[in-house]
Amino acid sequence: MRLHELTIHGALELLRRRDISATELTQALLDRIVDVDNDIKAYLTLTPETALQEARKADELRAAGTDGALLGIPLAIKDNICLAGVPTTCGSRILESFVPPYDATVVTQLRHAGAVFLGKTNLDEFAMGSSTENSAFFTTHNPWDLTRVPGGSSGGSAAALIADEALGAFGSDTGGSVRQPASLCSIAGMKPTYGRVSRYGLVAFASSLDQIGPLGKDVTDCALLLNVIARYDPRDSTSLDAPVPDYTTALRPEIKGLRIGVPREYFAAGIQPGVEKAVRNAIQVLADLGADIAETSLPHTEYALPAYYLLATAEASANLARYDGIKYGYSATDAPDIWEAYRRTRQHGFGAEVKRRIMLGTYALSAGYYDAYYLKAQKVRTLIKQDFDQAFQQFDVLVGPTSPTVAFRIGEKVDDPLQMYLSDVFTLSQPLAGICALSLPCGFVSSPVCPVLSPGQGVGTAGTGRKVRGMANGLPVGLQISGPALGEEIVLRVAYAYEQATEWHTRKPKIKEEH
Amino acid sequence: MALTREEVEHIADLAKLGLSEEEIETLREHLSAILEYAAILERLDTDAIPPTATVLPLRNVMRADKPASSLPQADALDNAPSTAEGYFQVKAILE
Repeated sequence: MRLHELTIHGALELLRRRDISATELTQALLDRIVDVDNDIKAYLTLTPETALQEARKADELRAAGTDGALLGIPLAIKDNICLAGVPTTCGSRILESFVPPYDATVVTQLRHAGAVFLGKTNLDEFAMGSSTENSAFFTTHNPWDLTRVPGGSSGGSAAALIADEALGAFGSDTGGSVRQPASLCSIAGMKPTYGRVSRYGLVAFASSLDQIGPLGKDVTDCALLLNVIARYDPRDSTSLDAPVPDYTTALRPEIKGLRIGVPREYFAAGIQPGVEKAVRNAIQVLADLGADIAETSLPHTEYALPAYYLLATAEASANLARYDGIKYGYSATDAPDIWEAYRRTRQHGFGAEVKRRIMLGTYALSAGYYDAYYLKAQKVRTLIKQDFDQAFQQFDVLVGPTSPTVAFRIGEKVDDPLQMYLSDVFTLSQPLAGICALSLPCGFVSSPVCPVLSPGQGVGTAGTGRKVRGMANGLPVGLQISGPALGEEIVLRVAYAYEQATEWHTRKPKIKEEH
Repeated sequence: MALTREEVEHIADLAKLGLSEEEIETLREHLSAILEYAAILERLDTDAIPPTATVLPLRNVMRADKPASSLPQADALDNAPSTAEGYFQVKAILE
């Protein structure tokens, strides 16, 4: 196995045995990035010099007898999480020149654990989107099929990971932004319980929903990453002062007798048949492992989407008011007065989706519409939370698809915001209820037709006898496991049991034709 | 619910967001479609339902009133497009 293909737990074993050094490992990842990222475009910023410095320091510490939970492990960080001294653009023109003067708490914790930072990954602007197509800089390509999106908004992190351009990654999840790209790229990705992880240094989108989450090549890696970041933080007054277990102790493949609910609303019209089949098969695997499976209902599921978009955009319109061209970021210099300077700064600094959401949120909060939209959505949020509260009285976890479809084509949904929003239809409810959920690989749907690509894209075409890159296994499907607030352990346990019984997580896309 | 052009301009003004003619029309269409979709919320009777602003059981989180170090002034100003004498500089807001 080549070094970049390692999992975190696999690499830690080799590092601890002194079979490899952190410097070698980091160099292998940097080489891999040079090799494939021209095609994938997962990274917005690379930090090879500091990464190698951090790796050398990790090697020195290890030589001196010190260990750390992630000592010498190279990671990718979504570009809305602050690393001191490294540009944090949020995929936006308005923050193109912004260099944060401090580390996010999550980054501080990762540094203490000995992690190495390879760079910052691409995202939909301000984490608003489901495909990375809303990035102001470029679109990330799905390593399974370069003509398709990796999902979003943490698409860069998910794509980097499945393309072996990092050993682990972090994203943020407001309405599915970790889980949906994890599903579309065949990665394990978790949205922790609201408050479980500090948001200090995460650029705010919708403050009552945002949560940083880990992406791993397998469930064990997710648990290792969560172990480091789950903590109370006095700098985030919405973080929970609750005991933090060692999540790796949850990784026991025993789910006999666990009660697993299958919400019927998660198999509604609109779900692709191949996705439904893969998820139903996964549920059968859980049944074969001894879990008690029963159908259940989350009756307000269909209202989650409009409620989410009203609440998230209302919060975003307030959070994004800070981008005024005065304290940091892009500033329109040609305006005659301060009011026009605000308007021009924001007109030229924000992209179309961000403007759309600021407008929708401002409308929902404006005089005369507040009760009908914002307050109404907050009340519906209560109903959605009550659905989950009731379900978790009967069930330990709930399972269903993460996304109704496999990865869609780049450009397919960009002009239809509602269609794009529907990509997250199964991942919006959990943040509204504040609970935790994880997506992990549960199968593949073979692509019906290989895309005919124009020459110059550098991709082999079908029918020439050459293998088409990334088409070997079809497109991945994700299984979503939702648990109650602070139920990360039970979610990880079910995920681990499923993973141990299947081999989906070992499949890798063929990004380059092997020589 | 179809928005008028004037409503779009009013919201943009509240949001301090400059928009081109084309953007106003596109936003009018998109926002109207999204609000039309959001109207399904009206099917739910929520008169007796309390709103949820946050899922957390926390209220009024306090900390000890102890001085602590904060970001140095130079660092805080480092990203500003325009500064003067240790302050953020803005265009005049009064005549």
